[in-house]
Amino acid sequence: MVETLSSLAVGFSVALSPTILFYAFAGCVVGTLVGVLPGVGPLAGISLLLPATFGLDATRAIVMLAGIYYGAMYGGSTTSILMRIPGEAASVMTCIDGYAMARKGRAGAALAIAAVGSYVAGTLSVVALMFLAPPLAEFALRFGPPEYFALLLLGLLVLAYMSAGSMLKALAMAALGLLLGMIGIDQMTGYFRFAYGMVELGDGIGIVPVAVGLFGLAEILATAGRPIPPEIIKPRLRELLPSRREWRESAWPIGRGTVLGFLIGIIPGSAHIISSFVSYAIERRLSARPAEFGHGAVAGVAGPESANNSATSGAFVPMLALGVPSGPIPAVMLAAMMVHGVSPGPLLIKNQPELFWGFIASMYVGNVVLLILNLPLVGLFVNLLRVPYPVLYPSILTFCILGVYAVNGSVVDVWIMLAMGALGYVLRKLDFETAPIVLGVILAPMIEMALRQSLAMSDGRYSIFLARPISATLLTVGLVLVLLSLKPLITKSLDWRARLAIAEKREELP
Amino acid sequence: MLTTDRVAGGALALIALVVLWESRKLPLGSLRTPGPAYTPMVLAAILLVFGTLLVVTGGRASAFRSVGWAEWRHAVAIFAACAFAALALERLGYRVTVTVALAFLLGVLERKGIVFTVVFSLALAIGSFLLFDTLLRVPLPRGPFGL
Repeated sequence: MVETLSSLAVGFSVALSPTILFYAFAGCVVGTLVGVLPGVGPLAGISLLLPATFGLDATRAIVMLAGIYYGAMYGGSTTSILMRIPGEAASVMTCIDGYAMARKGRAGAALAIAAVGSYVAGTLSVVALMFLAPPLAEFALRFGPPEYFALLLLGLLVLAYMSAGSMLKALAMAALGLLLGMIGIDQMTGYFRFAYGMVELGDGIGIVPVAVGLFGLAEILATAGRPIPPEIIKPRLRELLPSRREWRESAWPIGRGTVLGFLIGIIPGSAHIISSFVSYAIERRLSARPAEFGHGAVAGVAGPESANNSATSGAFVPMLALGVPSGPIPAVMLAAMMVHGVSPGPLLIKNQPELFWGFIASMYVGNVVLLILNLPLVGLFVNLLRVPYPVLYPSILTFCILGVYAVNGSVVDVWIMLAMGALGYVLRKLDFETAPIVLGVILAPMIEMALRQSLAMSDGRYSIFLARPISATLLTVGLVLVLLSLKPLITKSLDWRARLAIAEKREELP
Repeated sequence: MLTTDRVAGGALALIALVVLWESRKLPLGSLRTPGPAYTPMVLAAILLVFGTLLVVTGGRASAFRSVGWAEWRHAVAIFAACAFAALALERLGYRVTVTVALAFLLGVLERKGIVFTVVFSLALAIGSFLLFDTLLRVPLPRGPFGL
């Protein structure tokens, strides 16, 4: 405890230096813009702004990228409440009661509750991250290749299990992502695989073109031709204060959302999306007046908004402590850290404490910045939405091309982005989730290396995965998940994932 | 009936077969000491199983015909603009390429006024170049005459 606090003090000495404060602030502003603009989610936002951090040292770059991440989570609520358009997927549930509150003249109160809920959840979840990541990293030092193989495999299975809709479809997407991750030089033998003479593919397919293509370009291709919803409800500054009753009604949902979001965040999957859906369902079930939900229930805004922000920090736990991303956004963050020469994992806290603790402290600072930024400047951010989409999307497209090209200075990456954009567009039409592809691409080399190292360790015996207690436990959990996913096939009923997929589809479009 | 799951499953199975075919050029190794083709082949076999299962069990998914493709013309035009950008980026340079691509998207596809199209395209191309290349020192390609 004392050690943690003294390390945090070191972190604050880093985070409160003027330059780090500036980059945290810049990240939060850009992240809020990313969250506000429909069509640019945090994943595409972080990916295409990655080159902007190339000139910075690792600490500044990571602080800025993290600011973009949780700034986007904050910003997403604004359009949900004022326009019934989710700025990013995690804000889908906020649309329902947030917009209903806005129509009743309580737009300001809804924005304030979302911002305060996000602040409380963001701050408390950083406390949990701070206490959980170091012991987990210590524990992970016992992990060898078999444990990592089992952990990575479990990660993919959990991601598929937690995805809305069919687990079979999610697993097929993960397998496709893993296959894409096989492109490039085989690390053990030096063979070029599926590169067809293109030297640029030697290092494999980059995570940035894949993420920008699947999440940025595909979104533009699917939505560019649609008419734009015109109505924006503009709150006045003096209307921002919720009433005493609204504060009272939001307190417990914020608390529950924080705990729930953090726990779901640790589990692989699109945690921030799932946590907001689960939080909404729980609040409706616990409410004394469930009929209010859908018609402006305060808890319907406070719970999901707190949960999705808390999940943001939760997702950093496995990434920082184990070096294993729990979803597509942490996967891009992991890639961004690697670009800057930082290898997240058990040794990060030990070898680069000022970076780890500076990052943690900057998250506290970032949450304060976002609270200050979001409420008074809400009018400014909303004005951005007045830019017509036919003008906005070519600008976003420019930054997609620029961002993808700049990572390696390679046109091949732009072509990969185009191919992924077309794939993402078609997969959206066919109702497939693309997040497992992104995770598959980044996990593929790690899984393969862990498998082959394990076999080298055991002289080719696969029993090594069952002989070691940690890997055996992890694989058993994975098997249980697969069996659980088969249950609806036997009982012929809708399980929670099928119901989540239906709810997502129903709320996706205003 | 042709459903979305069946179409996707068929396509995934086809991709898996292509990967299996292409993997034969690489050493497979053995179960005990896997070679470079081992993991891709295992993954392709898994994808083939998943694809086939989707084809077999996908009868209850929504009909392929019901998928709306109303925006396909827009999508193809945007895709073409991006493909042009990829082809021209290192030949014409960032500023010229982006100006031309933006002018096409705004002027031709979105039918914005000529003055707005020209001013906006030039401003965004030059502005983003200044921000990234000059200010943030991220090198962007220059074309003929250093443009």
